[in-house]
Amino acid sequence: MTNPDAPDIAPSVLRAEADNGFRTGTQASASPKDAVNDTIVDVRDVHYGIPTRPIFKGLDVKVRRGRITAIMGPSGTGKTTLLRLITGQIVPSSGSVVVWGQNLADLNRKETYELRKRMGMLFQNGALLTDLDVFENVAFPLREHTDLPEPLIRALVLTKLHAVGLRGAAYLMPGELSGGMARRVALARAIVMDPEVLIYDEPFVGLDPISLGVILRLIREMNEGLGITSIVVSHDVQELATIAHDSYLMSGGKVVASGTPKELAASGLEVVKQFMTGSDDGPVAFHYPAPDYRKDLLENEE
Amino acid sequence: MSAAVGTDNFVVGSVRKLGQVTLFLASLLSQCVPALARPRLVVLQIYNAGARSLIIIMLSGLFVGMVLALTGIDLLARFGSEDVLGVAAALGLLKELGPVVTALLFAGRAGTSLTSEIGLMRATDQLTAMEMMAVDPMRYVAAPRFLGGIIAMPLLVAVFDIVGLFGAQLVGVQMMGVNAGTFWSQMQGSVHFDDVWEGIIKSAAFGFACTLIAVYEGYNAAPTAEGVGLATTRTVVASAVLTLIIDYLLTAAFL
Repeated sequence: MTNPDAPDIAPSVLRAEADNGFRTGTQASASPKDAVNDTIVDVRDVHYGIPTRPIFKGLDVKVRRGRITAIMGPSGTGKTTLLRLITGQIVPSSGSVVVWGQNLADLNRKETYELRKRMGMLFQNGALLTDLDVFENVAFPLREHTDLPEPLIRALVLTKLHAVGLRGAAYLMPGELSGGMARRVALARAIVMDPEVLIYDEPFVGLDPISLGVILRLIREMNEGLGITSIVVSHDVQELATIAHDSYLMSGGKVVASGTPKELAASGLEVVKQFMTGSDDGPVAFHYPAPDYRKDLLENEE
Repeated sequence: MSAAVGTDNFVVGSVRKLGQVTLFLASLLSQCVPALARPRLVVLQIYNAGARSLIIIMLSGLFVGMVLALTGIDLLARFGSEDVLGVAAALGLLKELGPVVTALLFAGRAGTSLTSEIGLMRATDQLTAMEMMAVDPMRYVAAPRFLGGIIAMPLLVAVFDIVGLFGAQLVGVQMMGVNAGTFWSQMQGSVHFDDVWEGIIKSAAFGFACTLIAVYEGYNAAPTAEGVGLATTRTVVASAVLTLIIDYLLTAAFL
């Protein structure tokens, strides 16, 4: 049975998008090299650190076209830092991050921006522009990068908002939205340019079960319906297991396990078992390095 | 030894900061022309920095003018020269008090607002989100605010001067009994365009410096509540000190 509320895009809208050099999901451009190589993101032997500590010590991650890839790991393992590397916000101290066959370290600002136009990113807190309403937030990339006429922008924005169920909230300000709604608006904004890759940074944090279910469904639909390659960074194992095709578990600056969520769940590695079962006792220490407990407590008395 | 190291660190730190601000300014200036292509954003920032500062500027201008007239008439009466009160008030306001007090108020009102707004945009990932949408925040956020501040400051100074002169005549003419014709005609005869020009140049320089500091501090604020608070404080302190230093240099240059 057809859902009368299901998002639909008029053929004229799609035609106009194409006329304006605008990509649609089915038109996702692919260079001949990409066609041969199915890997969209290739992180090879990356080392990266901040002044206080190293974060990556030889990280290897591959993201394949049309799949949902989950990046998991305990807090502080550098999952968000990995996203910053993949999007060219930071460069590794050694190793390479290759996206669509281009080493990000070799790109200038303009080339990096061109690459980013093919990506969408959903931030943990939504990162909506607080001085614009919901409609203008979603329209923002269109206004900045295209010369589409206003009626077409309106149609596209309402289509995307309808897809995330928030067409009725188009004229609310970000401050009037709940956390889950803000994230859905951010998702609409992330897909409004029809990206080939969608990157989700901790999309499930702080969501109630209903919002969480909606976001999960949307991630799956973006992948299955539009063929968007997805990279999901999270530590919510159960949620990721239901949608991910490939998984990477990071710990200690490296990938300690990879495979399908099922393979990870069946892994015999202690660090994987600890993460999958949520145990506080295991290779990943619960306590931050500290002096002897008894000595620390009695120090003042002595 | 440690004092020498401390001095070295201070010098190196200052030079580094100066270099960072210079690079930031170069980047900002390169984005000003593209930003002008979106006049709506610049007009909005003129409104935010200018129109929203009007009440405090007018109120301060009124009382500064009134105090200037009170102290002026006290001083001039000792030499029997109350007639030149209009000239004294006009020169004091146009050349010094108008630009300087407006700049200090601007730093406190509009500068802090700019820093905290941009700093919070940084803290809430809005600037990173723009970067990810291939939109340069320097063009969309920083440049329109910079232009808005530079344009708003001379306009605010003009309003301050006018209201200040009104305050001065209110006290001098209406309350202290200085002849109205003398007050205005002396002013007309003795205040030259060079004096007005000096005020305009100063207001433009202060607008440039205060807005640059506010935008720079906001853009480079640490993305935390404490970071934004510290950046806002630095904006006020640096703007006030720089305003007074530039004022001295420009006053010396115009002599």
